[in-house]
Amino acid sequence: MLEIKDLSLAIQHQETATMAVKNITLTISKGRVLGLVGESGCGKTLTAQAVLRLGEYQGIERVNGDILWHGESVFDMSDKRLRAMRGGQVAMIFQEPMTALNPVFSIGSQMVEVIRLHLGLSKSQAKEHAIHYLKDVGLDEAEELLNQYPDSLSGGMRQRVLIAMAMSLHPECIIADEPTTALDVSVQKRIIALLRKLQKENNLGMLLVTHDFGLVAEMCDDVVVMYAGEVVESGSVLDIFDHPAHPYTQALMGCRPEMVKEGESLTVIEGQVPAPGTWPKGCHFAPRCSRASEACQIKAIAANAWQDSGHQARCIHVQEQA
Amino acid sequence: MVLEAKHLRKVFQSGALLKKGQEKVAVDDVSFQLKTGESLAIVGESGSGKSTVARLVMRLIEASKGEIVWQGNDVTKMSDRQLRQHRQHIQMVFQDPFASLNPRMRIWESVAEGLRVHAPELNQSQRQEKVADMLERCGLSASTMQRYPHQFSGGQRQRIGIARALIVKPKVLVLDEPVSALDVSVQAQILNLLADIQADMGVAYLFISHDLSVVRHIAKRVLVMFQGKVVEEGSVLDVFTKPQHEYTQNLLAARPITHPSEREDIV
Repeated sequence: MLEIKDLSLAIQHQETATMAVKNITLTISKGRVLGLVGESGCGKTLTAQAVLRLGEYQGIERVNGDILWHGESVFDMSDKRLRAMRGGQVAMIFQEPMTALNPVFSIGSQMVEVIRLHLGLSKSQAKEHAIHYLKDVGLDEAEELLNQYPDSLSGGMRQRVLIAMAMSLHPECIIADEPTTALDVSVQKRIIALLRKLQKENNLGMLLVTHDFGLVAEMCDDVVVMYAGEVVESGSVLDIFDHPAHPYTQALMGCRPEMVKEGESLTVIEGQVPAPGTWPKGCHFAPRCSRASEACQIKAIAANAWQDSGHQARCIHVQEQA
Repeated sequence: MVLEAKHLRKVFQSGALLKKGQEKVAVDDVSFQLKTGESLAIVGESGSGKSTVARLVMRLIEASKGEIVWQGNDVTKMSDRQLRQHRQHIQMVFQDPFASLNPRMRIWESVAEGLRVHAPELNQSQRQEKVADMLERCGLSASTMQRYPHQFSGGQRQRIGIARALIVKPKVLVLDEPVSALDVSVQAQILNLLADIQADMGVAYLFISHDLSVVRHIAKRVLVMFQGKVVEEGSVLDVFTKPQHEYTQNLLAARPITHPSEREDIV
């Protein structure tokens, strides 16, 4: 349904372009949830935003590669076609529900506007439509809610409104960027349950961008792990949790506090993620990797340097640890 | 015992968020004791009052009622002058280290600020030397001390925030969500640093967090707050394995799962 093929993106800043995402390939299929996992600055949000060409407004440029929506390149789309796809076919749910809503318009007017625009309904039909979807996400007092403004809602309610707004346009695919990060744990749990239910019922494809392995465990079928602008590992959710292959994935999973017993210190990855523009020549993780050899530093490692039926890792030292 | 809070209460009067005449009881009858070198965590969700407790303990805001006892003295009754002296013993680390560092000050100057007040006898080069030691202790190279905050990553900024708090050798650190804004690998580095420092310097931590797995890792005792009140307290082991209060049970049930097999509706 949605294919990202060998995509590289660069950040334009004062005449210089810095490569921020390098040769990303991934596929989102109908009815499946793909988790795009990594730490801050690894390029996961840039990749997700590129699907709707949102990065262009912030000076993000495509260097090479393509993004295909049902076989059609999003980079070749006309503005009109792109507008129809945004929201209508591919919806986006952001991390911070407050900034994604306009504070000076009521919930009703914001929802009615997009519904009329995309579905061509009359004002009163659009209102009915909005109420239906607000109720669908568990906001029972939908009629009253339409007259309220974003600032009078809690974070969890705002996120529900955004999900209702996304769903009301009947998208085929949802891109969710850290949809629960800003919420309290008990609210998180309910939003996760809601997203899962809607995704299943409507057989949606979903790209879930997150740094949170808990969320991955809850929602994803497949996982792509990014580090410093590159995909380092991809596989099914069970591949990643039970047999992580790349040393970075293993280390990242091991950093979680629940992974050690009481009184033990946490496993850490020494050093820091290299910023775009300062990536090493070979494997980006090599300087922090306990298994790195000379071969890792000389030249780039292929994304499928190691593979095992659908599970692959950008690492030439995977076998050794089995 | 280092610090004791007795029946703390904080009522916010009408202000930015409240209509005229409206009142909000943010903290209601909160008491606890913090012992030398121990870690006490306060957990709760947004709006539970946990950060307000931290600010009351620091006396960044004034309590409506109650006492904070430090070595027999009530902190809430201290004069400005006494309070300034008292702050040598109790320091704070904030959630967002970028917001808590002055962007126009070199980091060594930010870290050295406490010394200007609490060790005025030191000259500049002595202060710099102490700052360099403390930065190294917190895992930063002393060669970075002439830089500005924006030149550091989030994890490094939090190390700077910790160094700044520790420079006056406090007995207590109040840490308000110190790792919530950090990636999990950086979070692990900072939590290990905090554990090392506690073992080394014997400083007690009042650790405010919403993250139960972090609390379980760092603290021995925990208070659970809900709507301004402490609804449960005890050892981390007891509270996590045998939660008594319904709210604690719900909070624990809402913890993120750690493996896909724990999904309720696995397909």
